Amino acid sequence: MADKTMTLEDAVAEVRDGMTVGIGGWGSRRKPMAFVRALVRSGVKDLTIVSYGGPDVGILCATGQAKKVVYGFVSLDSIPLEPHFRNARQAGTVEAVSLDEGMFRLGLQAAAWRLPFLPTRAGLGSDVMINQPQLRTVKSPYDDGEELVAIPAQRLDVAFIHMNRADTAGNGQYLGRDPYMDELFCMAADKAFMSAEKIIPTANLLDEGSFQTLKINRMMVQGVVHAPGGAHFTECPPDYERDEAFQKEYAATAKDPAAWEAFKAKYLDVSEAEYQKAVAK
Amino acid sequence: MCSPMSPVSKLGAMLARATFEPDMVMTDGANMILAENVPLGTDPSTATIEGWMPFPFVFDTLFWGKRHVMMGGSQVDQYGNQNLAYLGGTFKQPKTQLLGVRGAPGNTVCHTTSYFLGDHNPRVLVPKVDCVAGVGYDRAAKLHPASRARHEIRRVITNLAVLDFETPDNRMRLRSVHPGVSVDDVVAATGFELVIPSDVPVSREPTADELAWLRKLDPKGIAAREVKS
Repeated sequence: MADKTMTLEDAVAEVRDGMTVGIGGWGSRRKPMAFVRALVRSGVKDLTIVSYGGPDVGILCATGQAKKVVYGFVSLDSIPLEPHFRNARQAGTVEAVSLDEGMFRLGLQAAAWRLPFLPTRAGLGSDVMINQPQLRTVKSPYDDGEELVAIPAQRLDVAFIHMNRADTAGNGQYLGRDPYMDELFCMAADKAFMSAEKIIPTANLLDEGSFQTLKINRMMVQGVVHAPGGAHFTECPPDYERDEAFQKEYAATAKDPAAWEAFKAKYLDVSEAEYQKAVAK
Repeated sequence: MCSPMSPVSKLGAMLARATFEPDMVMTDGANMILAENVPLGTDPSTATIEGWMPFPFVFDTLFWGKRHVMMGGSQVDQYGNQNLAYLGGTFKQPKTQLLGVRGAPGNTVCHTTSYFLGDHNPRVLVPKVDCVAGVGYDRAAKLHPASRARHEIRRVITNLAVLDFETPDNRMRLRSVHPGVSVDDVVAATGFELVIPSDVPVSREPTADELAWLRKLDPKGIAAREVKS
């Protein structure tokens, strides 16, 4: 099996200005934050970010790299509203594709299955259909004749996910309680990159979890990055919980541009190794 | 499956499970279906897990329709349209960005939905919501019959009253006022015209047995903090 290990920088180099980038995880949970930090360092801009949004969205809004955000929600979980995302929305500086969470999933599913769209009732009667005029409906071809929302396939140029364990070939394992939609992000993307807390031999993949935890297989990813602490400051159980104190510090910087610049200089304009050293307890 | 989204809603759901609805299915608020009630503010890690409900399965269950969700809302209007997406301004540039529509559009057309509002006032109960996330009866009425077949906004429960939509045109109706609250109090705190029956009962108070359960299920009084008194 080919060795797909690479650096964060190698992976992020695949992202160019204007691309559509999918980010796995959920809210402030198992987010591929090392990739997000690498995106910040790369300076790539005009991105469309597709995410069950958390600090990944907030950071890329605060740096001005996100031109458009496709989301069902953006939340830090223990802090319900993502303050940097709010700033960007309230300033009108980021374009929003605000979907129902289930609609969002179906967009990824349609892309993963190579379909143009998937039908659903979610969205009918709501302002999602008004605020997103690109959405169309489709009439059932059967006797029921029901008019349904046709969720367009959400293709991604690049997807990033973070797993607890992976091998060098790109087989990935989550050891927490929720897979989220990470495999859909990978299958919806032209290229997908996975970071992991630990890179282990393939033969050891079942040491810590059953075969059902092997949600990501090597067909789904083009690159694997060893990134211990790669989800920090979001949670990545059982390896670590959310760093609530750090998340509070991050959230507080949304109130003051100078505080944000200081935070960015200290934690984002530095290498991943320096970041991990700065946040080590 | 019962999906309460706040401490008060969760406490109510647990009381129901403890008393008249023992077969209710409920999660820990995250990914595990728990076979027993876990009192608010206590550690759920020792509770018996009876099943798995990660987020992908939540959507499956939601679309399936075997779910009653009790959500909150920053605004709810007279037909039960609900908003938790943004307030004021325009969609392109809202004055106050909130969560986004979350699962509200899908929830409301796929299964029963109720709302809990801990602070009943005219800025929350408004004539028209700034963004329809959860779909109300006027919007649902315009949909294909099959699309609205599972639509039901069952109850709106606030710190002042219980409200429902059991009227000919599905406008919000005052179902009962809580002890110590008058009909006029509710009218004054509501930003639109409620349907007021000629005789408005007082909300039932918990029995001694139910009070004992409530104390047991919320030993720290967490739910009370969600209610404006």
